Amino acid sequence: MASVAKEWREIPGRYNLRGTKCGSCGKVFFPSRSFCPVCRRESIGKVEDYKLDRHGEVYSFSVVHEAPESCSMLKPYAVVMVRNRDGVLLSGQMVDVDVDAIEIGMPVRAVLRKLDADGLAGVIHYGFKFTPDL
Amino acid sequence: MDVGIVSYGAYVPRYRIKPEEIGKIWGVDGKGMGKGLMIFEKSVPSPDEDVVTIATEAARNMMARVPEVDPQDIGAVYVGSESHPYAVKPTSTIVAESIEATPAMTAADLEFACKAGTAGIQACMGLVGSGMVRYGVAVGADTSQGAPGDALEYSASAGGAAFLIGSEGIIARIDKTASFTTDTPDFWRREGQPYPLHGGRFTGEPAYFRHIISAAKMLMKEMGTEPGDYQHAVFHQPNGKFPTRVAKQLGFSDEQIKFGLLTPNIGNTYSGAVPLGLANILDNAVPGDRIFVTSYGSGAGSDAFDITVTDAIEDYKRDNAPTLDKVLADPVYIDYGMYAKFMGKILMSE
Ligand SMILES: [Zn+2]
Repeated sequence: MASVAKEWREIPGRYNLRGTKCGSCGKVFFPSRSFCPVCRRESIGKVEDYKLDRHGEVYSFSVVHEAPESCSMLKPYAVVMVRNRDGVLLSGQMVDVDVDAIEIGMPVRAVLRKLDADGLAGVIHYGFKFTPDL
Repeated sequence: MDVGIVSYGAYVPRYRIKPEEIGKIWGVDGKGMGKGLMIFEKSVPSPDEDVVTIATEAARNMMARVPEVDPQDIGAVYVGSESHPYAVKPTSTIVAESIEATPAMTAADLEFACKAGTAGIQACMGLVGSGMVRYGVAVGADTSQGAPGDALEYSASAGGAAFLIGSEGIIARIDKTASFTTDTPDFWRREGQPYPLHGGRFTGEPAYFRHIISAAKMLMKEMGTEPGDYQHAVFHQPNGKFPTRVAKQLGFSDEQIKFGLLTPNIGNTYSGAVPLGLANILDNAVPGDRIFVTSYGSGAGSDAFDITVTDAIEDYKRDNAPTLDKVLADPVYIDYGMYAKFMGKILMSE
C-alpha cells in the first residue's frame, strides 16, 4: 500500500500540474520544490504553490517501440518534452496522434488519462498526457 | 430565484468505427444495419480513456469558459454514468479533484442507464435553489459496450458533457423540469457482467416512447407550451431513428432537433447523449432561444426540461474551450481489430 500513499501525495502535480514558484526570482518548478537553487537562502519562505499552464509546444520527442507492460496497448507511442506557456519543460506521453505527424513546435495540451492500473483489481492511476491542441 | 446553466463543456474521444466495418466481422450487412439505426459512425475511446478522463475533460472545458468562477465555490459534483471505472470508488471525487473543487463539497456517482446525467442536473437545481450550495456540477458520461455481434455493438459509444448549475451569471435558465418514472425492465446489466442485456422489441413502445412522450407532455402541460414555442429540442438518442420518430410524434420538426441530434455521427453515448446534444444546442444558441430537453434511461424514466437562453450568453467565453464542431472535427477511423484491442475484447495473458 506504500505506493498508493505515494501516488496519492502526487495527485496535485499529476492531475493539475501543481508546481511551485520562487517568490524571489519568479522561477517555476515542476515537480514542486520548496527551495530555489538560484536564490538559495533568499528563497526560504518565498516559494509558493503555482498551477502551471496546460498548453505548450513540443520541444523534443522520441518514439517508443519497446513499451513497458502498462503502455503496451498504445505502442508505438511518443514521449514528448513540452515547453509550456510558463516556459517550463514537462515530459509525458503524447496520445491521440499518429506518431509520424508529431513535429517540434506543435501546439499541445495536457489532458487527464489513465497512466496504468495495478492489475484488474487494484488502483487505477490517472495523470497528465499530451494531445494535439484544438 | 432563477436557477440554470452557468457554463457547460463537452468531450468526445477522437476515434471512430463505421457499422460496415463491424458488420464485415460478423457476416451481416453492417451498412444496412447502420442505415436502419441511422448511425453512420460511432466514437471509440482510446485504451487510456474512461468515464473519469472523459468527465474530467468535459468539466475542465466547462470551467475554462467561466474563469470568474472560483472552483472552491462548487458545493456538489455528481457524475452520472453506467460505466464508472470502479464498482466502489467514486468517479466524482477524481473529477472534483481535477477541477480543484475539493474538499469542502459533497459528491456522488449516479446511475440510471442513459439518464443519470440529467438526474444530476435536477439534484444540482435543488441544491442551488434551496441555497445549500452556490454552484453544482452535473456530468453525464459513458464508455458503453455492446456484446460482440449484438445490435448494441453498432451503437454503444463514448463521450460526455458537464454543466455548472447556479443562480448567478446564468446563460440558460431552467424554467421547469418534470420526470416520469416506472419499473420497466427493458435493458439491464447485472453486477459483474461485462455486457448488458435488453428486451429486444420491448425496448421501443412501452419503454423509450412511453416515458419520453409522458414526461414531455407533462412538462408542456405544466408550462402551457406547445412544440412550436421552442427553437430547439433534444431527445435521448440510442440511435438516430428513435429521437426522430418521437420528435415527430410530439409535433417537433426536423429543424428543431437538428443541433441536438449527434448520434448519427458519434453513436449512442448513453448518459452523455442528451447532455452532448444540449451542449451542441448551446454552442449554437442565441438569447431568447427556448430549448426542450427530454432524456430517457432504461429501467425506466425520463427527465424533461424547459430552458430559456439568456442575454448573458452574448458575453459568455464560449471560445475558451473547443465547441463540439471542433471536438468532432478530424476523427481517426479504426478497423475492427484495433477496436477490439481498444475496447478490451481481446483476452490477454496475465
Ligand atoms: Zn529564485
